[in-house]
Amino acid sequence: MRMTGAQAIIKSLERNNVKVIFGYPGGAVLPLYDSLMDSSIKHVLVRQEQAAVHEASGYARITGEVGVCMATSGPGATNLVTGIATAYMDSIPIVAITGQVPVEMIGRDVFQEVDITGATEPFCKHNYLVKDARELPRIIAEAFYIASTGRPGPVLVDVPKDVAMEEIDYNYPDRVELRGYKPTYAGHPLQIKRVAKAIEKCSRPVICAGGGVITSNAADEIAQLSQRIKAPVATTLMGIGAFPGDHPLSLGMLGQHGSYAANRAVAMADLLIVIGARLGDRATGSTDTFAANAVIVHIDIDPAEIGKNVNTNIPIVGDVKCTLTELLKYNLKRQDSDWLQDIKAWKDKYHHKGLFCRSLKPGYILTRLSDKVDKDKTVLVTDVGQHQIWAGNYYTVKKPRTFLTSGGLGTMGYGLPAAIGAKLADRNNEVILVTGDGSLQMSLQELALLKQEDLVVKILLFNNNALGMVRELQQQHYNCRYCQVHLTGNPDFCKLAEAYGLPALRVDREDEVDEAIDTLINSKTSVLVEVKTDVNEKTSPCRV
Amino acid sequence: MKHTLSVLVENNPGVLSRISGLFSRRGFNIDSLAVGVTEDKNVSRMTIVVDGDNYTIEQLTKQLNKLIDVIKVTDISKDSVIRELALIKVNASLSTRNEILQIVYIFRAKVIDISKSTMTIEITGNSQKITALEELLQPFGIKEMVRTGAIGLERGQKVIKYTINDEEE
Repeated sequence: MRMTGAQAIIKSLERNNVKVIFGYPGGAVLPLYDSLMDSSIKHVLVRQEQAAVHEASGYARITGEVGVCMATSGPGATNLVTGIATAYMDSIPIVAITGQVPVEMIGRDVFQEVDITGATEPFCKHNYLVKDARELPRIIAEAFYIASTGRPGPVLVDVPKDVAMEEIDYNYPDRVELRGYKPTYAGHPLQIKRVAKAIEKCSRPVICAGGGVITSNAADEIAQLSQRIKAPVATTLMGIGAFPGDHPLSLGMLGQHGSYAANRAVAMADLLIVIGARLGDRATGSTDTFAANAVIVHIDIDPAEIGKNVNTNIPIVGDVKCTLTELLKYNLKRQDSDWLQDIKAWKDKYHHKGLFCRSLKPGYILTRLSDKVDKDKTVLVTDVGQHQIWAGNYYTVKKPRTFLTSGGLGTMGYGLPAAIGAKLADRNNEVILVTGDGSLQMSLQELALLKQEDLVVKILLFNNNALGMVRELQQQHYNCRYCQVHLTGNPDFCKLAEAYGLPALRVDREDEVDEAIDTLINSKTSVLVEVKTDVNEKTSPCRV
Repeated sequence: MKHTLSVLVENNPGVLSRISGLFSRRGFNIDSLAVGVTEDKNVSRMTIVVDGDNYTIEQLTKQLNKLIDVIKVTDISKDSVIRELALIKVNASLSTRNEILQIVYIFRAKVIDISKSTMTIEITGNSQKITALEELLQPFGIKEMVRTGAIGLERGQKVIKYTINDEEE
């Protein structure tokens, strides 16, 4: 079938079951936009390209499918960069398509030209600069395959304008063949057997579940393993939701911002089973003392993660679900011990339930929110900063894919667009965004999409008129010398929301808190609830 | 310790930048890098000499393997033949020519250009051999020198295989 390169791209996207594209048009990408008019694919017009990637990311994390975004050459493409890096660090499957100046103009610094494949190379799973339109169907097929398989990640396809306009015979490949890319799904049987043996010998096991558990849809297997070997489960920030937060065996989050019980349990464990986690510095603290008494098992689909940060006794390269399914075939039984009593004591020691009386404290508000929402259909999205840590610690997440946050890169401004993407992915979800005044202002322009796309996103804004997390760092490590952390020019957020057509209310008294939370939950439309937050509220020392 | 890695890559544009970029961004130090097409025109072979301990080499190998364009990474440090090539332009007057030729002869190098006042010498060998020749020619005055990175193949019947469906890999 004869068609233009642009038509071939759109047809290949349809072939990959793409339903939504988040994007922003511009000169070099116009052939694609023209072809898009004849397609059933919905295009969501964003307000800034960085948000398009975050929106695609929110969409991908809810659906488990590849999120797609599109931008023009030059500044359109460079605006994608932070979004792509964010998705890369959190292993989110994204295909980003950018327009590019015509092939013969490349390298001449023409209007809106930038080397976007060069720029994104360090934080893309892979990228392509397409120079021959006949390669487009194959490249799109490869892009989707690479983005969604193995350890997922973003893939960028840069399409020069003339390539998009060239006529070709459309031939979509039946299968993708890449001799340099063969992800390992099945864990090595002998290594799995070694894990089974290590479990038999241990008496104080801990499971550490990361984002890979969610990617691999292996929450059931984690729950089974935990029950079978009576092992408590700590999650990383990306792993929140991999194990029900209200389960007696749940330890909460691990690491610098994590719970006492999780960190204590890992320190005392004699077997640590790390599953789908990369053990980043925020999770481990000093790697010399991390799980110093434990035999460490590390299961991950990315071989490069194993042994990168922490020495591993039993490495297994493989998909989490496949590997755990095999492991669960063994008759797993550990040594008896008082381990679970110890765990319970550590959990009780700093348990916050009931500690909070009604107040404007974030701990109270998030605990109350957590108690009141319907967890089966609520997705909590956070931005980055203090509120993110509070949400991670005080809001109990019960299911995978119901807690979205920028874990690896810590991108302020992630929250609002990710919430928009999450809502577009499934309008039956209740989407609540927890954000701060700093973060919200980094993607504020996307508020327009709530009206434009008729989306219901509830926004809980902790406003302390400051960059609270940075201020806290200055308090702790810079002798309270506060430099450039007070956002004195902040707007009236309620009026601002109203300007975008959202009802809004401000809470600055304790006796208004409960009602405001009810209003947020019960509202049939998008709503912004601004909570006046004391600038001295801290995330640490965390005593969850 | 120095390691020599043979990296088979898809002969795609940008692949060299992907690999050299990976070295700098992950903090690995390249001693040398040589690249050229192989018997399969779609595949290039890079020979990379890198200094590092076992942890570094393991990480480097894994990170290289993560690149989609990388087909196979093999450490050929043990039991292989490794060669570099250098061209050295040295001052050579009527009175020193013979002396230089003797050195060239001992090293089994070649004179590939000659003028009234210079000679250009081609030498292949391992790194030490080239450095040794360089030192011996130094007293005459080296005007210019260029050397390739090391390239190498494993000895004997061993070859680095790759196929589309390389199941056991």
